[in-house]
Amino acid sequence: MQEPQTTGIQRRLWSFHGGIHVPDEKALSTGRPVARAPLPSLLTIPLRQHIGEPARPIVRVGDWVLKGQKIAEPEGWVSTPIHASSSGTVVVIEDRPIPHPSALVAPCIVIRTNGLDEWAKLPKPLDNYRELDPALVRERIRWAGIVGLGGAAFPTSIKLDPGPRLPVRTLIVNGAECEPYISCDDMLMRECAGDIIRGASILMHLLHARECLIGIEDNKPVAIEAMRLAVAESDIKESTRVCTIPTLYPSGGEKQLIRILTGDEVPTSVIPAQIGILCQNVATLAAIAQAVLAGKPLISRYVTMSGRGLRAPRNFEVLIGTPIADLIRAAGGLAGDVRKLVLGGPMMGFTLDSDQVPITKAANCVLALSEEEAPDPGPALACIRCGKCAEVCPANLLPQQMYWYARSKDLEKVQDYNLFDCIECGCCAQVCPSHIPLVQYYRYAKTESWAREREKRAADRARARHEAKEARLARLEQERKDKLKRKKEALSKKPTAGKAGDGSGGTATTEDPKKAAIEAARKRAAAKKAALAEQGIGPKNVQGLTPSQQRQIDAAENRRQAPAAATTKGTGED
Amino acid sequence: MLIAITAIAVLATLFGLLLGYSALRFHIEGDPLADQIDAVLPQTQCGQCGFPGCRPYAEAVARDEAEINRCVPGGEALVLTLADLLGKDPLPLEAGEEKPKALAVIDEKECIGCTLCIQACPVDAIVGAAKQMHTVIAGECTGCELCLAPCPVECIHMVPIAEDSRSWKWPYPAPAADTELRPSTA
Repeated sequence: MQEPQTTGIQRRLWSFHGGIHVPDEKALSTGRPVARAPLPSLLTIPLRQHIGEPARPIVRVGDWVLKGQKIAEPEGWVSTPIHASSSGTVVVIEDRPIPHPSALVAPCIVIRTNGLDEWAKLPKPLDNYRELDPALVRERIRWAGIVGLGGAAFPTSIKLDPGPRLPVRTLIVNGAECEPYISCDDMLMRECAGDIIRGASILMHLLHARECLIGIEDNKPVAIEAMRLAVAESDIKESTRVCTIPTLYPSGGEKQLIRILTGDEVPTSVIPAQIGILCQNVATLAAIAQAVLAGKPLISRYVTMSGRGLRAPRNFEVLIGTPIADLIRAAGGLAGDVRKLVLGGPMMGFTLDSDQVPITKAANCVLALSEEEAPDPGPALACIRCGKCAEVCPANLLPQQMYWYARSKDLEKVQDYNLFDCIECGCCAQVCPSHIPLVQYYRYAKTESWAREREKRAADRARARHEAKEARLARLEQERKDKLKRKKEALSKKPTAGKAGDGSGGTATTEDPKKAAIEAARKRAAAKKAALAEQGIGPKNVQGLTPSQQRQIDAAENRRQAPAAATTKGTGED
Repeated sequence: MLIAITAIAVLATLFGLLLGYSALRFHIEGDPLADQIDAVLPQTQCGQCGFPGCRPYAEAVARDEAEINRCVPGGEALVLTLADLLGKDPLPLEAGEEKPKALAVIDEKECIGCTLCIQACPVDAIVGAAKQMHTVIAGECTGCELCLAPCPVECIHMVPIAEDSRSWKWPYPAPAADTELRPSTA
């Protein structure tokens, strides 16, 4: 690609370690323009399409919902809301199969569409976002349910708020789209370059970034041209550069693209904001522009339908929740020998068990691969220690060492070799002459480590609770003993006190503390009665009675005296 | 000869005093080894090892009075960890095989509110009061099964924890038979 007229010389580029050249196969799906996928009769919208907590439904079965209406609220900070992708009725909220390598079910809201595609009342566009508090704009992005559309699906509003201690100087726009077959970002850049640049402009303002670098692989000349034009017409043309980068898988990895465009290495277990960089996918930027400047939530995305197993591969604009089976039909249906359905690219995607799962926010590509495209690699052979995997690893890891340790389930050791810096790009497995499924070993080791970590946290909590219970039981026991001791002491003190108090009246009864106590109480009562009698106050329960009470007393008295019938009547009067 | 003996004796006394002083000066409270063992135990407090809780078992293992293979919830992984920690040979798990993780669930219709399970729960994961319905706090239940036995109406059941897409783990890839971990003999 020759440098076009716009800006001067090509910026200096760096290169990352490793990487591989794979046939890009993009022409399969870029021949036809993007089509709008037909409206499905049923939309299955999973409550968790992002990293973090699943959203909480705020509609009930039978509710009537409109397109763009919020149907689930975020649960906690790391979560996003979910919106209805079209108008219709909520028919059920239950566990349904979701696109996930586990092929397990997860809670989904199922909407029967009414075909009208009727919009809900949308919030006002924030055209004047430059005068608004950045927090307000971020709130709008959060409301729109925007997540990283490059595949990670991390809530974007959180990524946009790295905090005052991490100032972002460079915004990197990821249009590399390095994985074979996938062309949805390419088509988006061709058709909606303006939206992408407007989104970038919003982020430049939010983050106070000084420069914006757009990285696009040189196998997308049309997209590069469209983006250059859009930049030239935009308000950020001074600070923005469209950089053509060589086609090399995986240059679209976040850390790899940052390395290519800036020469900076993102340290291990650190986010790029730590070195003043924020990276966003082009589709995310377009969604941000739609949310801020049009008030529209994220309810659709571009999806590539490709592979030689499809009759008419192309890109679609798809409503979130559309079943993959509908898209396959829209792409001309399956052609003969389809070996497998893959969600995502051939390098990092996973095999789908069924075509009945819906498209989610993170789903960028569905592949129907034929036998010749994805031949069975055959059984894994022994590692011959050729070291090719280490040569191609874009994260500079030692895949062979990690393989040995993951294989022997030594999770600590495999983490010592920086397992968590592995981006699962699949380069090592691709070049392995023994067809060892290396990435599978790393994924196994990662999920197993996380599970151990969860168990460890649960064990720590259980230990704390157990210790708290033991401490409480010990305290209660101690309190009981103390109380008993105090009682004993009090009782053993009483008699001596009694002896000292009425030494004159000291009789044989004082020997028994109980009897002494009773005697003392009786004496106290008699003394009190006498004292009150002296003041002319009688017992309270025979004075100032109402006539009815008096009648009741008299009646009881009569009953009591009737059998005796001999005693005087004066006692009641006393 | 005498000088040599005296010198050795003096040195021995000096070093003895030094050691004695350090023993007092740098004394560590508690048993750090037992702490380390306790830190890796699963803390279910279930007593399946024959000790009344995880801490007593950790102390027994630290004193070399118990084998490292008695913790059923910890399973094989724990045996390996302990073997690594203590420099011992791993042993096969002693008591039965590993069960899938489960939670205690109280059938609330049948609960008579006797509080016996509350007293039995080692981690206070059951709430309720006398003659009131009890229930298990799912997030805190360790699945130790200690509440099952005391229940007079047998209304507590263990329900295995269902796997969801978040707790799901990538399976261990099945290695081919001829790719054993030994250097080739050719």
